[in-house]
Amino acid sequence: MNFENKELKDLLESIRYVYGYDFTDYAEASVRRRILHFMAYKKIEALDEFGKMIVRDEKLFEEFIQVVSVTVTEMFRDPSFYKSLRENVMKRLATYPFIKIWVAGCATGEEVYSIAILLKEEGILNRSVIYATDINQKSLQIAKEGVYAVENMKSHTANYQKAGGIESFSDYYKAKYNSVMFDKSLKQNIVFSPHNLAVDKSFNEFQFIICRNVLIYFNQQLQNKVINLFYESLCTFGFLGLGSKESLLFSEKRKKFEETDRKEKIFIKTE
Amino acid sequence: MLGEKIKYKAIVIGASAGGLLALSTLLEIIPSNYAIPIIIVQHRSKEPRGLLEEILQSKCNVKIKQVDEKEKIENGIVYIAPPDYHLLIENDFTFSLSVDEPIRFSRPSIDVLFESAATAYKGNLIGIILTGTNNDGMLGIQSIAANNGLTIVQEPEEARFPTMPLAAIHTKKVKHILTLAEIQTFLLEINTD
Ligand SMILES: C[S@@+](CC[C@H](N)C(=O)[O-])C[C@H]1O[C@@H](n2cnc3c(N)ncnc32)[C@H](O)[C@@H]1O
Repeated sequence: MNFENKELKDLLESIRYVYGYDFTDYAEASVRRRILHFMAYKKIEALDEFGKMIVRDEKLFEEFIQVVSVTVTEMFRDPSFYKSLRENVMKRLATYPFIKIWVAGCATGEEVYSIAILLKEEGILNRSVIYATDINQKSLQIAKEGVYAVENMKSHTANYQKAGGIESFSDYYKAKYNSVMFDKSLKQNIVFSPHNLAVDKSFNEFQFIICRNVLIYFNQQLQNKVINLFYESLCTFGFLGLGSKESLLFSEKRKKFEETDRKEKIFIKTE
Repeated sequence: MLGEKIKYKAIVIGASAGGLLALSTLLEIIPSNYAIPIIIVQHRSKEPRGLLEEILQSKCNVKIKQVDEKEKIENGIVYIAPPDYHLLIENDFTFSLSVDEPIRFSRPSIDVLFESAATAYKGNLIGIILTGTNNDGMLGIQSIAANNGLTIVQEPEEARFPTMPLAAIHTKKVKHILTLAEIQTFLLEINTD
């Protein structure tokens, strides 16, 4: 089973019309793949049948959101990125009396707690606020609770150490049965909230924006639009951190940033 | 020659354990002005980031390049999927990357590349499965065949690890089972057309 681009566009267009969620400028190959899987799992045979069902059935749409928004994440993903933050970004952030950070597309929150740990170790968490946003409300709920499976902690701890962490990582959480809960002190200054990068506007001014492994799911046009949104939302000399394979290549604002760490995709807004 | 008289527009190759040697054997005979792109998923660990590309480049004339996100696919380049990302081909012949969950422990996954390539290139695609210890590529080979592309598998007896070639052959959708030397000849033959 497969379908043409036009059919896919029509489906995404009707979802946008009915629910206000705009996936029309997502990179097609990945959306196509996830829709095909979802249809197979739901035993729906044809795309037009699926289209008719999804605009009528809000529950089905909610399930669909879980499928198209890829929730895969980990703590200190790409440890060298976080190491570079320690070395190149934290000291600069520390010069501000009050620090505002936006983690866009935070999924289930592992990345947010990683950033909070860096801020804490730098001694600046208490004067920081982290806004953590995503379109997926279920993921945000998990992020807010900060409760994770214990079996992932081994690799998270290894990542933390590779990222230059020298504290005892287990001090940051309490283990209970098969899960761990991150410390309240880390959560205090985090605000979790829904925000859709494809349709919602800028809502504050930040010294640091992190958006990793979200832009890869967008086409060039939407990437450009979202980088514009970040540009508007950053103060001058604010930092932008992207995923290891993402870049500003397709952004009309690329000349307005300089590379703080080319390899780790950390940029600074210079004008 | 082995292929029908079709103008092939791209070659996708999937390799796992033992793949480095097989890939360098195939690629070292490819001229730098090769007529179509060659796109490769080699199962690899997360780090170090560019080692595979460096090793292959040191042995080959043709340009070897790790894929960049949204890059336009060009003829005469061998593209390698980056570690820890799935590689997909868009219908406008650009690349996309994704961090969707690993599939049967693999990211990049051969199936993900092959299925999206089959959608984009339809019958103008050649898919090749080389040595490996798992069954990644089984679904991809079926997709390529369903779109009338050409499917080739390395002769399992020759492969360092036969499991992956055997799994592909098991689908009954494989057109040719060839040794590396025969695949070399084939790759050069389609280049002269
Ligand atoms: C692969 S995860 C990345 C998680 C984390 N940033 C990381 O790098 O590990 C992609 C996240 O982007 C979110 N996302 C997708 N489209 C979005 C949009 N339009 N606005 C905000 N978030 C979006 C998804 O819900 C998902 O949580």
